[in-house]
Amino acid sequence: MLSVLVLFPALCAALLLLPVPDRIARIAFVAVTAAELALVAGMWAAYDSPASGALAFEQQLSWLPQVGASYHVGLDGLSLPLVAMTTLVFLACAVFVLAEDDRPRLQAALFLALETTCLGVFAAADLVLFFLFFDLSIVGMYLSIHGWGHGDRRRSALLFFLYTFLGSLALLLGFIGLYVASDPHTFDMVALAADPPLQGSGTTGVLVLGAVLLGLAVKTPVVPFHTWLPPAHTDAPAIGSAVLAAVLLKLGTYGLVRIAMPMFPDALRSWAVALVVIGVVSALWGALAALAQTDLKRMVAYSSVNHMGYVVLAVGAAGLVGAGSENGAAARATAISGAVTQMVSHGLLTGALFLLAGVVWRRTRDYDLDAYGGLAGLAPRFSALLVVAALGSLGLPGLSGFVAELQIFAGGLATAPWAAVALLGILLMTATMLRAVQRLLTGDVGRLSVGFADVTPREWVSVGLLLAPAVWWGLAPRPLLDVLEPAASVVADLVAR
Amino acid sequence: MSDLRTLLPEVLLLGGAVGCLLLGSWTPRHRQERVVLLAGLVVIAAGAVSAHALGGAATTAYSGTVTVDGLTGILRLSVLGSLLVVLMLVRHELADSPRESEVVVLLLLGGLGVLVLGASTDLAVLTVAFLLASIPLYGLIGLSPGAAAPEAVMKTYLLGALAGIWLMLGAAVLTGLTGTTAYSDLDGVREAPLAAAVGGVVLVVLGLLFKAGSVPMHFWVPDAVEGASTTAAAFLTTVPKLGAVVAAARLLEALPAQERWALLVAGLAAAGMVVGNLVALTQGDVRRLLGWSAVGQVGFLLAVVAAVPSVGEAAAVLGMFVAGYAAANLTCFAALAAEPDRRTIADWRGTGHARPGLVGALGVGLLALVGTPPTGVFVAKLLTFEVIIEAGLTWLAVLVALSTLIGLAYYLRWLAACLTAPDESGTQDHEPAEGAGIPDVGGSGRRMAVGVAGGCAAVAVLLGLAARTVLGTIG
Repeated sequence: MLSVLVLFPALCAALLLLPVPDRIARIAFVAVTAAELALVAGMWAAYDSPASGALAFEQQLSWLPQVGASYHVGLDGLSLPLVAMTTLVFLACAVFVLAEDDRPRLQAALFLALETTCLGVFAAADLVLFFLFFDLSIVGMYLSIHGWGHGDRRRSALLFFLYTFLGSLALLLGFIGLYVASDPHTFDMVALAADPPLQGSGTTGVLVLGAVLLGLAVKTPVVPFHTWLPPAHTDAPAIGSAVLAAVLLKLGTYGLVRIAMPMFPDALRSWAVALVVIGVVSALWGALAALAQTDLKRMVAYSSVNHMGYVVLAVGAAGLVGAGSENGAAARATAISGAVTQMVSHGLLTGALFLLAGVVWRRTRDYDLDAYGGLAGLAPRFSALLVVAALGSLGLPGLSGFVAELQIFAGGLATAPWAAVALLGILLMTATMLRAVQRLLTGDVGRLSVGFADVTPREWVSVGLLLAPAVWWGLAPRPLLDVLEPAASVVADLVAR
Repeated sequence: MSDLRTLLPEVLLLGGAVGCLLLGSWTPRHRQERVVLLAGLVVIAAGAVSAHALGGAATTAYSGTVTVDGLTGILRLSVLGSLLVVLMLVRHELADSPRESEVVVLLLLGGLGVLVLGASTDLAVLTVAFLLASIPLYGLIGLSPGAAAPEAVMKTYLLGALAGIWLMLGAAVLTGLTGTTAYSDLDGVREAPLAAAVGGVVLVVLGLLFKAGSVPMHFWVPDAVEGASTTAAAFLTTVPKLGAVVAAARLLEALPAQERWALLVAGLAAAGMVVGNLVALTQGDVRRLLGWSAVGQVGFLLAVVAAVPSVGEAAAVLGMFVAGYAAANLTCFAALAAEPDRRTIADWRGTGHARPGLVGALGVGLLALVGTPPTGVFVAKLLTFEVIIEAGLTWLAVLVALSTLIGLAYYLRWLAACLTAPDESGTQDHEPAEGAGIPDVGGSGRRMAVGVAGGCAAVAVLLGLAARTVLGTIG
């Protein structure tokens, strides 16, 4: 079942390489992504929280028994919401490009293959499989930016590829360190989490975790490894940016909760303060940089750095075992739950923001915020969607962003009160988003706003697909949190070993 | 008679070489495809026999002078597979040239020599196999068109002659110390005077390193790759290397289990890795880049060989690495064959846009050479780390990791150039370099080269996915 979910899009991508008409290709893209979403919904309904250290929907096929690597996939409370968010984002993108005609067949094939790699990373329960899908996602996104982007796309794509690929090599080095230290040698994530090989090994563990964190830090991205993000986002096509922000950035932070925390408990505790500091710096830096932007897409790109900073902050705070009161364990579990909620929420909201930026590009081919104005009167539906997405992004109560940030700070400040300085980031992001909304939507009709057509049904359906769960989970987060919280407390306990 | 049956693939190759020579002598120049076809059929037949013999118990032939076991089996399949690919490149690059049949015969004989080199467990047979493997190489390089070929063949020949003499001298010393030429008696080296034993072994190893193209007998490789035709370059960076490392592994296994022999090979491996990869970083000519990368790659192979005496699984890992390396290397050369006029990295700019399939295959080949999952070289390198560390050579494992990273730099530099926009000058395209003289290739020929590149890339990936089967067959 899970393998079907992961591999079916790649199979369809291979079929789309045959010369089918473009119309069929676009419909196939929507149909496959919708089928994937339905499959995930069914799996969510049938989901039962597995025991600590176990996985649901588990499947395993032996590949290299001498090395302890196998095709091992499974989901738990942390990966299931991310898988659901991924399928939702890809469906929204499929609907969004129904109106485009730049090699739709190849683009559909590429994005279906990309969907397989993203789902594969979340479902992987083996480090080699994780790394394989991680790298293939980099290749897929490179091809998307290079082939369908605009502006300085070749250079941005190459920068993205080289930066994140080299980061993934640092990750591989960390994985090999884990493999060599384990006894018996294995790459299986379940086995490594159950019995962390570098537990109690002091400096070695810290160094190997450092390699893993470096690789994940480039992908997340955190300051100072974030410089590939703004050009990649700005020059990518609309759906490329949406997938990059919504899904690919989560591969890095997912690695933090799936690999760094369970498999390096004591080493992570040594790194915890550094992680909190890096998270705070990223959050503030991202917000300040976003505030200074005049390009819509670059502003949203830096807001991603800000949001991912909160996730890293939460992960670091969850590693500060022993700090805080006797409610420390509950606080840390809340922080982790908040981190994953932020991943899901950011995916939905920033994906929506990038699709809306894609709408702007389609109309006027220009992202300059100052050239617009008064769109609220000319394009009310577009304005409504933009306002909802912007408010969610800044963390307004009633949207999922607030649920995430509340959990992060409630849990994080219990163990690291000095991290409260990151709350300034929320303030800065509010200012940024409101100023952007003000420049785009209010005031006199700007030069580029003249003749700005409102969103077509395909466009608002795709954005609505992302914003509806964000609103729903913002108002009624229980369904999401019921899945997340057991897994988050399991991870919190694993880190305290 | 049973000896002949054990060595049937080699006998088939020999018969095929003679048959191709006779057939080629009486074939008009424009009908030489029948010679290539005969050679291809012979190689496929030999491959079928080898595959059939795989998985059987280890046997020896001719009074124990050659051994046919799992390692020989995988060597046979890798060499025969490489020969098949190179024969396709012959058809692509040298079709209707005056020396096509001669090149085919030399390829078959060179392959035969390499097979016997890898299977031999006797110093005398080793020497003969060395000569049989080396001399066709001189012919292949020398028969290449182009102004750089004579210099390349001169360098190769002189170094090869020196290596051959050293090999024979070393074999003579070892025979004098132990009394026989058989590997099984090499244990007697333990009681021999240290200087003589070390001298003998070092000389033999240096001779083998010429064939492997490794430091310190590597100086011929970059020039040969640059000056020879793409077919010859593909052959000489792939096939002799495979046999030489297997021969080194057998020699090391036969020597007494003293640490010094493994350390010797480990030191040579380290030198090869570091020198090859560092110099490759500075290369702008793609052929010289691949030549120096081959020098670096053999360092990795020798690192596994260093672990062979102490770790049982190292032989299987060596076989996996041999097969994976052959597939990956041939992919890159097949891609070169499809675009023979692009001599420097800068010439390859814009090919990603013009020839996406070719650059895709080339990308897979380059990343397969580095060892990214899920290719065969990745599995082999992973297991290499394990066996090297188990053999107590952790410093070597660190060097393998660092060299892999350095290798990634120059492979990615080439790939990145393919994917950037072509130069605005526009006149840069398809300007043959000074004295290239490579024959012009028609449109359909280029498609065949791309097909060959794609096929080899697929094999490189499949070897990784089917790694369990491959490793199990070697044992």
